[in-house]
Amino acid sequence: MSERREFDVLVVGGGPAGIAAACCAADAALHVAIADDNPSLGGQIWRGESASPSTKEATFWYQRVKGLGVEHLAGTRVFAQSEAHTLIAETDSGVCDIAFQNLILATGARERFLPFPGWTLPNVMGAGGLQALAKSGWNVRGRKVVVAGTGPLLLAVAAHLKQYGADLRLIAEQASWQQLVPFTIGLWRQPSKLKDALSLRRQLLGVPYLTSCWPVAAEGKHKLESVTLRRGARTWSVPCDYLACGFHLVPNTELAALLSCAVENGRVRVDDLQQTTVPGIYCAGEPTGIGGLELSLLEGQIAGYAAAGRLDSARCLFADRDKMRRFPLALERAFALRPELKESPQPETLVCRCEDVSLSRLREHASWRAAKLLTRCGMGPCQGRVCGPALEFLLEWKPESVRPPIFPVRVESLVAAARTDSETLHNTALRS
Amino acid sequence: MRDAVQMKVNGIAIRVPRGSTVAAAVLLAGRSAFRRSVSGELRGPLCGMGICFECRVAVDGQLHVRSCQMLCREGMEVTLSE
Repeated sequence: MSERREFDVLVVGGGPAGIAAACCAADAALHVAIADDNPSLGGQIWRGESASPSTKEATFWYQRVKGLGVEHLAGTRVFAQSEAHTLIAETDSGVCDIAFQNLILATGARERFLPFPGWTLPNVMGAGGLQALAKSGWNVRGRKVVVAGTGPLLLAVAAHLKQYGADLRLIAEQASWQQLVPFTIGLWRQPSKLKDALSLRRQLLGVPYLTSCWPVAAEGKHKLESVTLRRGARTWSVPCDYLACGFHLVPNTELAALLSCAVENGRVRVDDLQQTTVPGIYCAGEPTGIGGLELSLLEGQIAGYAAAGRLDSARCLFADRDKMRRFPLALERAFALRPELKESPQPETLVCRCEDVSLSRLREHASWRAAKLLTRCGMGPCQGRVCGPALEFLLEWKPESVRPPIFPVRVESLVAAARTDSETLHNTALRS
Repeated sequence: MRDAVQMKVNGIAIRVPRGSTVAAAVLLAGRSAFRRSVSGELRGPLCGMGICFECRVAVDGQLHVRSCQMLCREGMEVTLSE
């Protein structure tokens, strides 16, 4: 028998958007919980900071969420909907049904990875990936690191790793200087972001930062030993222990899609109150479009107030949020992927790392559906979360529909979920 | 290490700072490769945040645990497939 919990408002995702949403809903004296698959609150950006937050903003939100009696369901992986207004999650000890009146999705984003020869070698990691490990107890002191890919995350990761004592060899940003200049000038309109950018630059003095530069191969026998970079006509190799490589972020929209919320251009569609196309389900933060910390906090607050019925409080934040919404557009333009990146993977380069499917095998098929059936691409444990965004860029394949469970779960969990399902059917039958 | 956790990675005893994830512990034990892929390639962590499943290991007999999402506990035994 699985455990059952009930809340007025359930927030899925414990990053800044989820924390802000939970606080605003709890402020209205509602019974609120945050379900999150990480061990502690804070999402990726505040990972590992719950005991000693690094900024005033993080301190403020951690104190608020702790003071308001929001229940934190840690290590809770939501994988399906068991009935209307009830999600089912796997925990370390079993399965939990979580019922709610209103739901707020704050499922964050993941990095986009693009394949190139050698990208599956141990010690080739995501940029956010290596940072997450450094925040989780891995000591990078003295390790030679190349940071590569695209997006504002690269500088933040590089500064963070340097602070932890890593020996940063190079930061390779694929976007051109011409693309980045208007973005940087645009930051004048957002003083907090400009301050962050200048501070990052200062922390990274002495570390080469190359634009229009990207990794074309990673080499090593049993693990990474060097990375080959390209810039214009020049190609050269840089010895390193780690390659931290990510190509900006992709919204996590799987749970929203599973719950039948409209997802357009990879983003969850929301109205002014952050409500999705399904009444009673709200969405805040990166799933509605990659917009960064400040926008996530504003969207979270609006969603929280709206879910608690405090519409006037929600409306007071519209102007601030709408001003911040310029930032995602600027990000998209500045860090658009250059077409040359499509030439990096060779025919034998693996694209699907779960099922080890090469690009040449995928090219034999016209769509992801066909490739899935015949190659198992996207059918491994990550369920296409890594290869999906890569294939969208490489072959312009559109993502497939989402099916439960949205994460691989233990057989016992599936059995428990099926039992809940049949109980629900049974109860429905009795009622009718 | 004042606030440390004692555990084992493939039978070898190590001490890691409290609050470390199992992925960090495996790296601290000197392992870059956590597992082999379906075609036998060596693999280690990629995303660090529970998305990619490349860092999965066995913890206290439970298979396929995402090591980046689990905190180390006193006496924990982590097993990597060779």
